[in-house]
Amino acid sequence: MNWPSEQLVASLTAMLQGVVILVGVVLLGAVLTVVERRLLGLWQDRYGPNRVGPFGSLQLVADLIKILFKEDWIPPFADRPLFVLAPVIAMASLLLSFIIIPITPGWGVSDWHIGLLFFLAMAGINVYSVLLGGWSSGNKYALLGAMRASAQTLSYEVFMGLSLMGVVAMAGTFNMREIVDAQQGLWFVVPQFFGFVTFLVAGIAVTHRAPFDQPEAEQELADGYHVEYSSMKFGMFFIGEYVGMVLISTLIVTLFFGGWHGPWLPPIVWFALKTGAFLVLFMLLRAAMPRPRYDQVMSFGWKFCLPLTLINLLVTGAVILIADPL
Amino acid sequence: MEIAFYLSGLVAVLATLGVITNTNPVHALLYLIVSLIAVALVFFALGAPFAGALEVIVYAGAIMVLFVFVVMMLNLGREGVDQERAWLRPQVWLGPAVLSAVLLVTLIATLWSGDGGRMIAGEMLTAKAVGTLLFGPWLVVVELAAMLLLAALVTASHVGRLPGPTSPKGRRDAGARKEVS
Repeated sequence: MNWPSEQLVASLTAMLQGVVILVGVVLLGAVLTVVERRLLGLWQDRYGPNRVGPFGSLQLVADLIKILFKEDWIPPFADRPLFVLAPVIAMASLLLSFIIIPITPGWGVSDWHIGLLFFLAMAGINVYSVLLGGWSSGNKYALLGAMRASAQTLSYEVFMGLSLMGVVAMAGTFNMREIVDAQQGLWFVVPQFFGFVTFLVAGIAVTHRAPFDQPEAEQELADGYHVEYSSMKFGMFFIGEYVGMVLISTLIVTLFFGGWHGPWLPPIVWFALKTGAFLVLFMLLRAAMPRPRYDQVMSFGWKFCLPLTLINLLVTGAVILIADPL
Repeated sequence: MEIAFYLSGLVAVLATLGVITNTNPVHALLYLIVSLIAVALVFFALGAPFAGALEVIVYAGAIMVLFVFVVMMLNLGREGVDQERAWLRPQVWLGPAVLSAVLLVTLIATLWSGDGGRMIAGEMLTAKAVGTLLFGPWLVVVELAAMLLLAALVTASHVGRLPGPTSPKGRRDAGARKEVS
């Protein structure tokens, strides 16, 4: 018997991959906070943070030091256990979703046949972070933000799941790797264009990014559900938002843009390029779009996007049945 | 898989006890969420990951959010906790608890003596298998459930609609608002 055995090496490599992906995602989320501010500055004809280090590259370090050394204050009127639990749920549920993302043929944490459903489940759990954070703060602005966030997320999650079912029907599986492999000939963005558009809208709404950031609208709610949070607890909500952006971008790439497939360049480069493009799109939307009124957001979700996804699913099913009768 | 089944079953039972004994409504709901996730893990351990994922998505992720939402809005505070505590005196729960314990003993005894049934084998039921089963032998039941849900949807949208400008109630509301302003 030779030591280390093949099985041991394989499991250690898998663990190492998992840790690298986890750390990489958190670091990417942290870096994005600075990248976004620089890009917003560029698009809005101002400088953005450019003082720390060459071209403001060390701004991240400055922010990190500041946020770590702030007082970690829990308001005396807050519900202590829930107040501490909320940012943990925010971060953990998003990070857990990365289990199902296949990055390249050799890279990825797990390969489940219910892959996509796991993401939807984690997105469902993620609602509690905002809900509990807002309620346990004992602050009316936080409660209003939590109310808005949970109603908005619930409404948009309904058709987020439905918008993905067209892809699932075409690939015939929930498994993410098989979905990527089903796109070798044609990316799903072409036959599932409406699914892609609605998923993009739902993804922005579920991560509370502008223009769907009513839960934290500074002008009306003074930052909404995390108004009472400080120090690293706020940091977890803050980084969590960017981790959510990365998650939605990687999901769009995997489900609609062929994952790692692409000519000439190695798979990892293609995956990174596509993900980066969608991250920049997220930021550009924030820079360009005004914030709609809250009831408009809700009626847009229920009266436009939900029927659109249902029709899309119906047509997809009909086309599949006509092309390939049972 | 058996260890996972019994562990998550234990968590489900303990969390459900927590729902009953906790005096803070929001904390009690959190226990209920943990209980539902534990039940989902029971499904996973039994080899039905599709049902487990749906349990998390539908129950823990959607229905319980609405529960928490409503309880948050009620703003129960200290009085709610005191009221719950008053309801949890032993003379209130002792009688029903003894009666249910007798039923539990009967259930365990029946399970113990009878046929062991199928063991946890670790076989997996895929989403495709569930789908063919639902739309094959159980098609009528699925369609009936769909009709029931559609009726519920129509009713909810009827109950929750805004009063139109022509309905007498809407006009009275508008008039009242004008008087106030």
